Amino acid sequence: MTPNVLILRAPGINRDADAALACELAGATAERVHVNRVAEGAVRLCDYAMLIIPGGFSYGDHLGAGKLLAVDLAHRLGDQIRDFVADGRPVIGICNGFQVLVKSGVLPGDAGPPSVTLTENCSARFECRWVHLQADPQSRCIFTRGIELPIEIPIAHGEGRIAVSDDAALERLRAGGQVALRYVAEDGGAVNYPANPNGSLDNIAGLCNPQGNVLGLMPHPENAVLPQQHPRWTREPWRIAGDGLALFQNAVAYAKSL
Amino acid sequence: MSHFLVTVTPRELPTTGESVHTLYLLSGAELAPADVARMTAELLHDPVVQQAHWCELSQAALDAEDLELHAASLLEIAYRPGVTDNPGESAAEGARRLGITTVEQARALSRYLLPAGVDAQQRARELAIDLVQTTLISHPGADQAQRLAFYHMLVAPPPPATPVITRVPLRAADDAELLRISRAGVLALDLDEMRTVRDYFAQLGRDPSDGELETIAQTWSEHCSHKTFKAKVRYRQQAGSSLPADADLYPMLHLLERGQSEVVEIDSMIKTFLMHATQKVLADRDEADWVLSAFVDNAGIIAFGPDHEVSFKVETHNHPSALEPFGGANTGVGGVIRDVLGVSARPIANTDILCFGMPDGSAPAGVLAPQRIATGVVAGVRDYGNKLGIPTVNGAVLFDPGYTANPLVYCGTLGIAPRGSNPHNIQPGDAVVVLGGRTGRDGIHGATFSSIELTHSTAAEVGSAVQIGDPITEKKLLDVLLQARDMGLYSAITDCGAGGLSSAVGEMGAEIGAAVELEQVPLKYAGLQPWEVWLSEAQERMVLAVPPANLAAFLDLCASEDVEACAIGHFSDDKHLRVTHGGQTLVDIDMAFLHDGRPQRVLEAHWQPGQVASAATLPAATPSELLLRLMAHPNIASKERIIRSYDHEIGGATVVKPLVGVKSDGPGDAAVLQPLPRSSEGLALACGINPRYGFADPYWMTLAAVDEALRNVVAVGGDPNRTVILDNFCWGDPRQPDRMAGLVRSGAACYDAAVAFGTPFISGKDSLNNEYRDASGQRVAIPPTLLISALAHVPDVRRCVTMDLKAAGNRLYLVGATGEDLQGSHLQALGVEVGASDLPRVDLAVARETFAKLYAAISAGTVRACHDLSEGGLAVAAAEMALAGGFGLELDIAAIPGGVSRTARLFGESPSRFLVEVAPEQAAAFTTQMMGITLTALGSVTDTGQVVVRDGAERLVDLGTAALKAAWQSGLAPLSL
Repeated sequence: MTPNVLILRAPGINRDADAALACELAGATAERVHVNRVAEGAVRLCDYAMLIIPGGFSYGDHLGAGKLLAVDLAHRLGDQIRDFVADGRPVIGICNGFQVLVKSGVLPGDAGPPSVTLTENCSARFECRWVHLQADPQSRCIFTRGIELPIEIPIAHGEGRIAVSDDAALERLRAGGQVALRYVAEDGGAVNYPANPNGSLDNIAGLCNPQGNVLGLMPHPENAVLPQQHPRWTREPWRIAGDGLALFQNAVAYAKSL
Repeated sequence: MSHFLVTVTPRELPTTGESVHTLYLLSGAELAPADVARMTAELLHDPVVQQAHWCELSQAALDAEDLELHAASLLEIAYRPGVTDNPGESAAEGARRLGITTVEQARALSRYLLPAGVDAQQRARELAIDLVQTTLISHPGADQAQRLAFYHMLVAPPPPATPVITRVPLRAADDAELLRISRAGVLALDLDEMRTVRDYFAQLGRDPSDGELETIAQTWSEHCSHKTFKAKVRYRQQAGSSLPADADLYPMLHLLERGQSEVVEIDSMIKTFLMHATQKVLADRDEADWVLSAFVDNAGIIAFGPDHEVSFKVETHNHPSALEPFGGANTGVGGVIRDVLGVSARPIANTDILCFGMPDGSAPAGVLAPQRIATGVVAGVRDYGNKLGIPTVNGAVLFDPGYTANPLVYCGTLGIAPRGSNPHNIQPGDAVVVLGGRTGRDGIHGATFSSIELTHSTAAEVGSAVQIGDPITEKKLLDVLLQARDMGLYSAITDCGAGGLSSAVGEMGAEIGAAVELEQVPLKYAGLQPWEVWLSEAQERMVLAVPPANLAAFLDLCASEDVEACAIGHFSDDKHLRVTHGGQTLVDIDMAFLHDGRPQRVLEAHWQPGQVASAATLPAATPSELLLRLMAHPNIASKERIIRSYDHEIGGATVVKPLVGVKSDGPGDAAVLQPLPRSSEGLALACGINPRYGFADPYWMTLAAVDEALRNVVAVGGDPNRTVILDNFCWGDPRQPDRMAGLVRSGAACYDAAVAFGTPFISGKDSLNNEYRDASGQRVAIPPTLLISALAHVPDVRRCVTMDLKAAGNRLYLVGATGEDLQGSHLQALGVEVGASDLPRVDLAVARETFAKLYAAISAGTVRACHDLSEGGLAVAAAEMALAGGFGLELDIAAIPGGVSRTARLFGESPSRFLVEVAPEQAAAFTTQMMGITLTALGSVTDTGQVVVRDGAERLVDLGTAALKAAWQSGLAPLSL
């Protein structure tokens, strides 16, 4: 059975079509659905195998990135989201979607008060560049399973720095296998700017919930699915696919297994 | 009414010593402290990195508030009442989502805590947008009454106003009075035009209303009617010039040459030079299915693949950007995106070409410093493009002292749609629907404002012409419009830009008529006069014609995504424009008079050959030193910091990116898009611009700009035989015969180039009156500046090449002939004496053949890297290819034919040239493919990391790529981008 993915639209969400393409290339079907349809019950989350909250500037990000859509998630979609996550169905929040998941508390997904956030890049600038990511083999994340080599995908954000309220919060993330992806240097050495493009704590690029079925990440795997999207394809051997596709393929395989 | 103040502060103190707080003023008659507490906790701050507290607004509360006593002074910045305050509106919206319905007004402020020693007034000038924001400077511990008054001012309701329609006594006006009325009202109408308006109303037996006069002024403005390009021009020139002999190849240049003995009359430059060129190119090709719309719609449209069409438009937003760089550039991007929405297309890429004063330059009194303008413009472009989700993939940034008071901001948008998406089927009875943003007082007089010169006091006089963008409102508009298009709900669409509703409704109903009731228009705030509602250029609005049978479905669609839409009238069949406000007539005029009644302008043009201003200021320098200086010249230097602040990946279609090479930091020649992920067809997008040549002769400047735009698309693998181009003229005052003559020469060259290259113009725009008059009355015009944007078809994007060197041992060839033509070059701009050297002159026959053959070679796969030679010539191109690829190279320029000087061979900017990397096993094939074109084997790629250029036995340049890259990346250091 082909999994059907709900790609959540909202005012200012702008990478929904990119996410839909990635899902389709990974063997799923995708529907882009406005948050109002889900909130009013015209569309039910539980009828979908997977949820993606794509990138963008939801509602303008004027109260901090992702804040208003996070309020939507918590107050207008509250039970639907909770049930979807509790069911173990896959959820990916990319860039603004990651910010939404974090600010609504879906990530890191512990019951406590907010202890993790995404805030302004150390450079205080929006930046668009390709980065190298390493999946943490200890992670419980279902989307990064089997991805052993570093992958190369782009980032495009101004508020992507992971910050925590205290050291214990970071320790909980590590100990719980919730650090899914880290920025690494191309040469495998020390990770400084711009390898870590935003100054994220512990070079964290992506987090999952304790169960591993919810992933949030700042980089855009949906923009690294075709070979010719790679920045150096004119000078390197032709790739079969972009590195980001594997995340979607994992998600689709997992959704099929449910 | 209860008022509350919420203060949000960062947990960590910033290292700069200046911390920033966010304040919210919340008001509501029923607003309870518990509501404010909940908003503060759940909505207005991020508890991980911020803390927040709130209080009821009162003098006692402010006195008691725990102010940061470390600060020497406090600077608070808020949007002026009436100006869109997005964070404030988000706070109110968020409250509703939390179920709090008692917030009637929310305002956001930024508070800067300035350490001792910081001049607060100076900081206010740096941080605040004068025309739309207001500031308060106070001191901790001082009397808080002033702060309380400031906050109360921000939340005070607008003063009530009774709608008034004023009659302007035009019929009794003599010439002097007509001119006075035009000037006082910023109408930008000349005496002839004012007389025509007066006579029209005399015939009607009444005086015009304020709204009628404004409607005519906007419709007849340079911005909306292109009266210079449609004028009758009487061209003469002082002396003959050395002409290329071939009158068939340069027909318009030969025509102008007659201007030394007689007056050459040109009846409408847009027809004679631009539209005729397109007609001729298309007639010569006999290909009906390529250019689908040129010079008719909001954007030019061409076919793409079997089922799609691609639209392209480039606009300028110069005057607004001079006064308020962020808002000007921001709304410039927003405006051109709406042009593409106005042809029912989905925007897929933006381009931005920016011209500023020198990075280390200063500005006269009353003019913003170039650094401030550059920073603000780049931020404005970034904000709008990124938030709309449109990749910014191509552009250029140029610096010249001539742009100090008049910066140029060119914004382009490319769109795609299923073939035949844009309906033109408006019927009497169709509803006039305005949707998107609300109407406010912002942007009034934008169209006429852009038609006047700037002075030191312009900001104070026409501040309302500056607009503020709200990209998310435009994104919502985009989302519903594409759905409405696919559902076939509207019969015509246009953007609401310059001239506001007056222009949008006036144009849509030009052939049939329209009736509008302004009381229906959703307003941002009360108090607007009827003419202001009609003329407002408030952003993010579109006007549609919706058949009555579809109106309910259309309004439902808009409501379902929280987009405000409103039927404000209907199209009629009486060929009249009728506008009422609460039943009172504001406008009642003939469409025919409005659109065809303007008397044609007659303009004088006198050409005198010019000179590129130059001073030999540079002491003797070696070629290596000159190359390092050129690499750091702001026009050549790396624009990476700017490019990376724009999202160029979104959409996933950018398959050749603006930055290329082993470290993705080399300067790509053109961006390539693959708009349909399942088809490998693509589009190459590039530009050409070289205002320095314009000082000497805009004719040759224009050929060089077209040549450069085509070079750039060809260099990546675009098909020069399936390329369309756009013109954007930015010029001084066309009523000055010398400026006008330059414009004529540029227009003439557009014709000659388009026809010779077979590249039709599909769209164009002009921005004139880019002049500045200082307090002493001295006038300064910008350099004559023509931007050519090129859009080339790429049959298979996998055949594209990039400019970075690929492998040691590969051979390097110079394609094209080198001349002794250093006039206008960047070497000259450095202060190097270039003597009697010529301006580069494009040989149109050679250029066309060169592009065709190189394109064929790239398509055949024989080229590994290709870079066009432009600013700084061969040496700069070679250095850029080396630093982008991470390889060295070794060239010998002795082999370059033509007997030209060493300096010209190294740094000359002769057109139609490329440096090409070819693998040794492909060398023979490449040489055969380029047969008939001047081709010089110059050397090869090395793995030494050194850029070595010899002239025979003499080593002229020997520099490491690291040193070259460091120089190249330092050139914009004075700008805090």
